[in-house]
Order: sequence, then C-alpha cells, then structure tokens
Amino acid sequence: MNRISTKLRKLSIVGALAVLTVATGTVRAEDTIKVGVLHSLSGTMAISETTLKDTMLMLIDEQNKKGGLLGKKLEAVVVDPASNWPLFAEKARELLTKDKVSAIFGCWTSVSRKSVLPVIEELNGLLFYPVQYEGEESSKNVFYTGAAPNQQAIPAVDYLMNDLKVKRWVLAGTDYVYPRTTNKILEAYLKSKGVASKDIMINYTPFGHSDWQSIVADIKKFGSAGKKTAVVSTINGDANIPFYKELGNQGVSAEKIPVIAFSVGEEELSGMDTKPLVGHLAAWNYFMSVDSTKNAAFIEKWHEYTKNPKRTTNDPMEAHYIGFNMWVKAVEKAGTTDPEAVQKAIIGVDYPNLTGGTAKMLPNHHISKPVLIGEIQDDGQLMTVWQTNTLVDGDAWSDFLPESKPIIADWTAPINCGNYNTKTKKCSGQKY
Amino acid sequence: MKANFIKGSCRVTALLMLLFSLAIHGDQDVSTQPLFMTAITNLKQGSMTEREQAINQLAENGGASLVILQALLDGQLFTLKTDMRLVIGVDNNQGYDVRDALTGESLGAMDRSTVNKINLTNKLRVSLRRTIGQLQLTVEDPAIRLAAVKAMGNEDDESALNLLKARLDLEKDPKVKQAIEVVFLLKDMNSSDKALRMKAIDALKAQNSLDVVNRLNVMVEKDEAGNFTEADADVRNAAKAALININTRLQLYSSAETIFFGLSLGAVLVLAAIGLAITFGVMGVINMAHGELMMLGAYTTYVMQQLLPNHLGISVLLSIPVAFVISAAVGIAIERGIIRFLYGRPLETLLATFGVSLILQQSVRSIFSPLNRSVATPEWMSGSLQINDFLSLTWNRFYILVFCLIVFLLLLQILKRTRLGLEVRAVAQNRNMAKAMGIPTSRVDAMTFGLGSGIAGVAGVALSQITNVGPNLGQAYIVDSFMVVVFGGVGNLWGTLVAGFILGIANKFLEPFAGAVLAKILVLIFIILFIQKRPRGLFPQKGRAADS
Repeated sequence: MNRISTKLRKLSIVGALAVLTVATGTVRAEDTIKVGVLHSLSGTMAISETTLKDTMLMLIDEQNKKGGLLGKKLEAVVVDPASNWPLFAEKARELLTKDKVSAIFGCWTSVSRKSVLPVIEELNGLLFYPVQYEGEESSKNVFYTGAAPNQQAIPAVDYLMNDLKVKRWVLAGTDYVYPRTTNKILEAYLKSKGVASKDIMINYTPFGHSDWQSIVADIKKFGSAGKKTAVVSTINGDANIPFYKELGNQGVSAEKIPVIAFSVGEEELSGMDTKPLVGHLAAWNYFMSVDSTKNAAFIEKWHEYTKNPKRTTNDPMEAHYIGFNMWVKAVEKAGTTDPEAVQKAIIGVDYPNLTGGTAKMLPNHHISKPVLIGEIQDDGQLMTVWQTNTLVDGDAWSDFLPESKPIIADWTAPINCGNYNTKTKKCSGQKY
Repeated sequence: MKANFIKGSCRVTALLMLLFSLAIHGDQDVSTQPLFMTAITNLKQGSMTEREQAINQLAENGGASLVILQALLDGQLFTLKTDMRLVIGVDNNQGYDVRDALTGESLGAMDRSTVNKINLTNKLRVSLRRTIGQLQLTVEDPAIRLAAVKAMGNEDDESALNLLKARLDLEKDPKVKQAIEVVFLLKDMNSSDKALRMKAIDALKAQNSLDVVNRLNVMVEKDEAGNFTEADADVRNAAKAALININTRLQLYSSAETIFFGLSLGAVLVLAAIGLAITFGVMGVINMAHGELMMLGAYTTYVMQQLLPNHLGISVLLSIPVAFVISAAVGIAIERGIIRFLYGRPLETLLATFGVSLILQQSVRSIFSPLNRSVATPEWMSGSLQINDFLSLTWNRFYILVFCLIVFLLLLQILKRTRLGLEVRAVAQNRNMAKAMGIPTSRVDAMTFGLGSGIAGVAGVALSQITNVGPNLGQAYIVDSFMVVVFGGVGNLWGTLVAGFILGIANKFLEPFAGAVLAKILVLIFIILFIQKRPRGLFPQKGRAADS
C-alpha cells in the first residue's frame, strides 16, 4: 500500500514537470518558427535517415546564426517515426496539429512518403522530400528535391549505352515500389532504343536479401553471351553488401560486367568493405568528391558540426540543403510562413547547388539538377567519369510510360494540377 | 586509340627482347629519357585520355615500367602533395609505406593526407590489364600467365597473337598451353577453310569454355537477314552436335553448382538455427533476442579487426572464441535476469525477449552508430575455386560450410560426451526427476542458455563474412532460424541440420524458376503444410520425453 502511494506521488511529480515543460514550450513557440524533422532515428531506416536529421539540425543552426528568418529564430522539432510507415502519418499529423510546424523536412522510402501524403494534403502542410524516387506523383503540398527517374536512371542508361556500348541489360532491384516503377520506365526506354526482350533480364529480390549466389551466377551466365552486359541496380540498402561481395567472389569484375547503382552513395559505402566494389558505378546528382568551393565549405561545416572529420556527405543531404534554402528564400519572398503563400512563392525560386550550377524549383514541384556518374574508388568515394552538360529538369510523369506520357504536373495558374492530362485537357484530381 | 595500341604493342614485342638485354646489362636509368618523363607527367596530371596514352607509352619501356603499371593497377600509385613526386605506397593501416616509384628509394611511412592517389577508370583498368598481360607473359607464376593469356585472347590484335604464338612453343604448364591453344582454335573458326573449321570444332567440343559456347552459338544462329551466319551445312551440323555435347556437361555442372549453393545457404541457416535448437529446442524458451546475439558476434568480429588491423585472418579466427564468450555472457545475463522468472509462461518470455532484442539493437546503434560497419574479408576467404568456366566454388561459402559442420559436430559431442551435456539432456527430459537426482537445474538452465547463445555468437562471426554488420543483422535471420528448428523437429539437433540443408537446397532449386521472392514464399507454404501433417517436425522426439 505504502509502496503504491510513493509510486503515485512520483508519478504526479513527473506529470507536473511534463505540464511545466509543455507550458514553457508554448511560451517560446510564439517567437520562433518551427520546422518539423520527420526522419527515422530507430529501426531499419535509421541507417540512412539519422544523417538527414543531423543535416537539418545543422542547416537550422546555421540559419539561426545568420539571424533566423523574418526576425524570428528557427526551432527544429525532431520526431522519430521509427521506420514504421503508419507512424510516419501519425507523426506528421502531430507535427502539423500539435507543434504547428511551418514546414516538414523528411521521409526516405516511397512508402513513408505515400503514408504521409493524405495527412499533409488534408492539413495543408509542406513536405520537402530529399530522396531520389520513382516519380509518377506531384502533390500540391510536397516538394521533391531528390531526383526523378529522368534525372538519374535515364541518363545512367544513356551513359552505359553510348559510352560503354552496353548491349545486354540486367535490371536488378529490391521488390518494392521504387525499383518496380523505375524498372518499368527503364524497360520501356530500352525497348524504345531497340533493345530486344531477350537482352533484358529483370530480377527482384526481397528486402535485405543476403544469399545472392544463384542470382549472381545467372547474371554471370547472362553476361557471358559475348555482348557487353551491365547491371542496373535498384537494390536497396542492406542487400547491397552481400550482392557486391558475391559478385567479387564469383569473379564478376566491374571491367566485365559493371553494376550501376541508384541507391549506393558515400554513406552506404562507408559501411562496406570496398575491395569488391572498385570500378562499379553509381549515378547521383551530387558526389562528395566534386571539387567546388561551395562543396568544400559544406563538407567543412559538416565535419565541424558532427565533430567527426571522417563523416561523409551524400546526395540526399545536398537535396535537403537546397530544399531548406529554397524554403527560406520563399518565406522571405512571401513575408510569411503560411503554407499557401509559400507554395506560390517557392515556384521559380533558385539556389546554387553544391556541385556548381543553380537549382530551380519548377512548377511541377521538382527541381533542376545536374546528373553525375561516378566510379567507386577504394577509399569509398565516387570519382566523376561523366556528367550532363546542363541541368536536367525533373519530370514528375515519365514520358516513357504510355499511361503517364500525356500527363504533366503544373502548380501554377491556369492549370494548377498535379496530374493534368494534356490530351483530354482534364485534371484527374487523383489522390495518391 | 586502337591504332595507337597496336603500334604500342608492336613496340612491346621489340622491347620485351630489349628487356632481356637490359636485364643483362644491369639497370639503365630510365629517368633520363624524355619520352618516359612526359609519360610520367601525363600520368600524374593529365586527363583520363592522356593517362591512357601515358600507359601505352610506359609499356614501351618494358620492365622498368612494369612496377609502376602494376602499382597503378593495384591502386598503390600516388603523388606527393608537396612536390608532385611519383611514389608507390603500400597500405600499413595507419598510412602508407612510401617509396619513390622511379628510383625505388624508400621514403618511410607517411600519413594518408600527404599523398594524392592516381585514380583509374574501368576503361583504363582494362587497357592496363592488357598491357601488363603482354609484359607478364614470361613471368614464373603460371596463374599470372593464364590470366595474361585470357586478357590477351579476347583481342583481335595481330601482335598480341604473335606473342601468344611464340609463347605456345615455350609454354610448359599444361593449363596455360591449353588456354593458348583455345585462343587459336577460336580464331580458326573464322577461317575460310572448311576443313580447318571442322577440325577446330572437333578439337573444341571437349573444352569447358564459355567462349567456345558463345562462338558455337553464333555459328548455328541466323543473322538479321535470315541467313545462317555459318553458310556450310556440314560445319553447322558439327557445331550443333558439339553444342549438344557441351550443353550436357553444362547442365551437369550447373546442377552441381546449384547443389553447392543450396548447401551453403543451408549451412548459413543451420549456423543461425543451431543455437536456437538448444535454447528453444532443448529448453523450450522462445528467445526472440537470438538474432541479436548473432549480431553481437558479428560486431565482435568488427571490434577484433579494429584491434588487430594488420592481421585480418587471425583476427577473424580469434573472433570465434571471443564472440562465443561475449554472446554466452550476455545470454546468461538474459537468462538470470529475465527468463528464469518466466519459465512455463511462453508468451511472456516471447514478449520479454523481444523487448531485450530491441534494447540490444538500439544500444548497438548508440555505441557503433546506426550505419553498417565494414568488416573486411581475409584474402584466403575471398575469390573462388575455379574448376572450369562452368563451375566455380566461392571460398567464403566453402569455409562457412565446413565451419558449420565443425560447429555441429562439436555441439553434438558436448551434448553426448560431457557432464554438462548429460545434465542438459536430463533436465530437458524431466526437470523434476533431474532435480531429485541432485542436478542443480537452475545452474544447468543458465549454462544451457549460455551455450546456445555462445553458438549464436559464433554464427555471427560467420555471418559477418557474407552479409552486413549492422543493427538489423539479427532481425534478418530470426524468422529463418525458427523455421528451421520447427521444421527439423523441436529438440533434435540432427533435425536442425537436415532441415537447414533441405530448405537451402529447395530454395536454390526453386529460385531460377520462381524468382527469389516467390521461392521464399513457396518454401514457407511448404513448411506450413508440412507442420499441419507432422506437427512435431521431421524428426519428432519419441517416448516419454515427447509428452512433457
């Protein structure tokens, strides 16, 4: 009995403390602008998303040092959706209704974005999504600062076809929406370039697949038919190490059958034994190794902020860097953080990207980016071997799929629609 | 580029001879030659195209350049940041042991940040390998010669062929000789002389070579206009017969390969499941943290490699006992701290150990960061045993298969021959009776759980060699482990072994037809159906022990 009452007393103290902190929080909230950071800090995706949370904190910190925004300080509200897709939606709702954030920076996987979409549209929030994705989407409330397929996959295939004279193609991916859609687009694209069906091999594996023996043996056989073969890999995160290890062990070198990856960047490479990977390719819009003053300054700031001179930078980090600064510019232009006003103001806003050139927010809520192709070096960096001459505009709806060919996204008047059919002249108003 | 290369390789022939004479005359100082020095400058600073030219120019210098070219290919060629001197650096884990690339003078150990690496692209690597191949056709080691022949054989290059022809008469090693012969036989297939083509097909049909298969396939195919690429019907029929001949062997080898893949997948499953077979099978504890105990073993390997950076192989071997001890200690702590209060309440045990698994995962995330850690594979575990073009066995899988069998036999002996084993079996059969006989059951419980956990740690060491070392490692294997134990029959180690191998092989035979995703689903459905029919698995326990 006695024990219970002490417990109760303890509880009430904790409760009172909690009320107090909430109260002080609301007092402070009036003179700050809140920014939501919606990245998994635990669970499977923590591996990739924790870095982006740190990036956001660094960017916000830096903006505050410059004097904040509209005379107010920025305040980061960090939540942990724990790699749990429905929890992403709940946390997004919490950020918008309880914390009243002005914008959310977050999500990694396409499922998490799709889970957040209905909430963000219902409550009219703003989401900046920093990861390369499969396209076929353009929401009024989402800004896609990562690459659309035409800013990563298509140029990569062009490079292999024109520069490496690849004739046979293996499209290997993890079995979920991004690889499936990307491969569908790539298959249509390859066929439009005259590649025969028998020269395309498509293969899907489950998440975290670790036994690649037979698949690599198949690739080896497929690639030994006397024509130059390449693997276009949309294999996700954790499955990559066993895949490259098996390639190395079975003697499939980058010289014989190069693998071009869309999900392997500096961050992932830092956790790999790079020996079997040397010479394989990756396509991104940013490499840490790119030699520019802006990039050098960014890397230095990042090392300083994380107090770790070995931390890598990667493509989604740059996407957040551009997205955040575009948002800041748009808020300054609109003179308010009201989502409606910012949505209008941000279209056409430009900001220099880290690799040279200026990214611009397009009416379809995607941005223009350079495309770089790099070869993996044994220090885990990617050395640029090819890049587009100009920036490529992100295309929300692929032109290579018959069903999405006539569809465009344009969030400016008079169209004001994320999926406008140019043939029927109708906005389908479809929800995702 | 091509023309340039041919020209280059002609000179190589000449220079190879020159090389021999040089060797007799002693070292001649190459650094005085202006052409050589421009090549070096281009190599250091030039664009990728200039680098390629530089490589061809260097090749003309033969032996003296071979060291530089080989270092370049191995990624050991650097320039000093201070004075752009060309140096060769050998990794010593803290930095590089540096020596001058031209004079060979040792410059001592240097920090990584003081040198710039000369980068390569795939294109350069290919041409480099070819160039080096031509320079290496005369080296001692037959394996290097074989690689050189293979690198040169794919080229339609007169001078390379001449080099090979000259080599053919001198060659003593049967494998290298055969490889050279195949190169020429393949060339004969293009000849306009029918008899020569027939003879080549006849000689090649005994070869297990993919090049031969491809060439024969081209012969029997029709081109775009609908004409056979091989006009002569006799030759075509001979090619068809040869293909059938080779394909039968190919089938045979590919089944052997599939069985090996299946066994090795099975070995991984058995390793992951065998610790569980003890904790779940013998003790009846549903330990959801089993995967995390494997993860601890994998992280132990990582830490050991950090502690012994210069001894990769030894650190992996040492990790085995260390991982056993660490995982066993954690396992005993879990048993003493949590599970012992929950015996006989399987659902609570399940939830509690699931909680433990999350705690272990998140603590690893906090200590080692959520990123995967890179665990290097020792030299003797990478690569594969190339039996022929059709069949190769990867070393890491092979060792893991052997390792799995050793662990299994050891465990079997522990349970059969030792005092602990006797007590474990006694407690598993009848706890009360064992107690009455004076067996300290709670101590035996702790030891058994420790043993099972320790084995999980050892499995983690093996897994670190084939998959990611990260916080999620355990999750990936926990379901498979339970599947194997349940399928094999709870409480039976032999069942676990057989079940693991059956599931592995079944998976690998299904995969080519069904794809990796569907193969997994099919195996799962099969197990569900099987359990319906035989709820106690493949090898059910019999007698009174089964009733408890």
